[in-house]
Amino acid sequence: MIAVLAEVPYWGQSLLRVLGGLVAVLLPAGTIVYVFLFKMMSFMQSRLGPMEAGPYGSMQLFAEVGKWLQKEDIVPERADTRIFKMAPIIVLVSTFLLVVVVPFGPEAWFTDFETGVFYALAVSSVSVLGILIAGWSSANKYSLLGGLRAAGQLIAYELPMVLAVMGVVIQAGTMNLQKIVVAQNTGLMFGIDAIGHPYVISQFFGFIIFMIAIQAELTQAPFDMPIAESELVSGYMTEYSGFRFLIFFIGEFATAGVFAMIASVLFLGGWGVPFTWFGWTSIDDVANWMNFVGPLIMFTKMMLLVFIIMWIRFSYPRLREDQLQRFAWKGLIPVALINIMFTAILKVVF
Amino acid sequence: MIAQNIGFWIIAIVMIVAALRVVTTNNVVHAALWLVVVLAGAAAQYILLAAEFVAVTQVLVYIGAVMVLFLFGTMLTRARIGAESDLNNSYKKLGIPVGLVMLVAMGLALVSSFGDEKLPQTTTVVSSQEISDQIFGPYLLPFWALSFVLLAAVVGAIVLARKD
Repeated sequence: MIAVLAEVPYWGQSLLRVLGGLVAVLLPAGTIVYVFLFKMMSFMQSRLGPMEAGPYGSMQLFAEVGKWLQKEDIVPERADTRIFKMAPIIVLVSTFLLVVVVPFGPEAWFTDFETGVFYALAVSSVSVLGILIAGWSSANKYSLLGGLRAAGQLIAYELPMVLAVMGVVIQAGTMNLQKIVVAQNTGLMFGIDAIGHPYVISQFFGFIIFMIAIQAELTQAPFDMPIAESELVSGYMTEYSGFRFLIFFIGEFATAGVFAMIASVLFLGGWGVPFTWFGWTSIDDVANWMNFVGPLIMFTKMMLLVFIIMWIRFSYPRLREDQLQRFAWKGLIPVALINIMFTAILKVVF
Repeated sequence: MIAQNIGFWIIAIVMIVAALRVVTTNNVVHAALWLVVVLAGAAAQYILLAAEFVAVTQVLVYIGAVMVLFLFGTMLTRARIGAESDLNNSYKKLGIPVGLVMLVAMGLALVSSFGDEKLPQTTTVVSSQEISDQIFGPYLLPFWALSFVLLAAVVGAIVLARKD
């Protein structure tokens, strides 16, 4: 961590890390819900959205949270109570585990994990477990169907996501997210060092596949069959109310934020600016102020990517269940495999 | 006693309790979830051994894929809520001796190959690059053999699932 923190005792550092993790998960989630879900969706549908609570309805979020927290914690009579209560927490924990590997600056990271990308893909698959048991333990046919749909969809789209990331890993030659950021900001593109080498350009197909896959992983429309409200009431969330629904809700948008952060690290250069702008040559030269500017750059890139995700969510109708599976297995996975092959060949040739 | 040993014992006890619950619980889904605890414990033990690549693989393969498919399968076919009475059958008598034989066999294998040897107290993490150099170097043939087995399994599954 940052040099100032080196003098703080270990328990203090751990406490600060937990606080940092809470901020890194909850702040993007709240911003995404207000800016995109409340305001952007309203303007796209020619209405104002929340206007009463605070200026331009900016306090609406706190009103909503307060409303949910007051509600009774209802568990259906025939549900499996313990598992029913556990399920939303598993989903949220997987989000918190995910944010741990995201680097926010040259020294502003939670852990400098050697196999960071691999770890992120592994823990993101833990949330499927939470969704599945949420659907099962509700003792409700709609919930069970939603849970099963979610599991089928998340497994199917995890593969193109992993394969798309593989191209970046081959090109950067490392699985460490911090080193991927450095590789993008020190690299040259066609001999020009003006903008570094963001992999969105050389891994364009990988980027598109990754964005489609995270759209499906987040179960945002047009991939929202697991919670399809016109078919399944609310899918695996049907029986949840109050505080536990709030956890699912926070989990959904927090995961959107964290996945967008990982996408911006992998494809858009993460927290960095091209190092040649300031005459830096390696990560050790990077000035200390980047620890404070870096998170802001990350946040901007994250908002940009979430904007794209939400834009698509509010624009497209839902796919059918079999179209969804066919799209993943016959469309995305072959393209991702070809992308890996070409990346590997080009990596060896140059 | 160093911190790793304390961590090892805590995780080991959790794993043993969870493993016993897998076979004693009276609900299929509960058994699967206790199995998740056991597998997550194994991943935690790998972390204690500074083998983070293996630990992450354990999470990705066993928790993220195998257990999800397991739960998916049981929920599609039979997974009632509440206690089930027909989970125990006459093979139970056979299962206990088989389990004991496996325990003895694995214990003997461990003792005869390592004996009193102690693991070196290193804090360096084995990099994934070294692991891949090993897999694609000296262990290339077993790696290929394994991938052929997996390929055969995939083809077999498709043959079984096809209706025509």
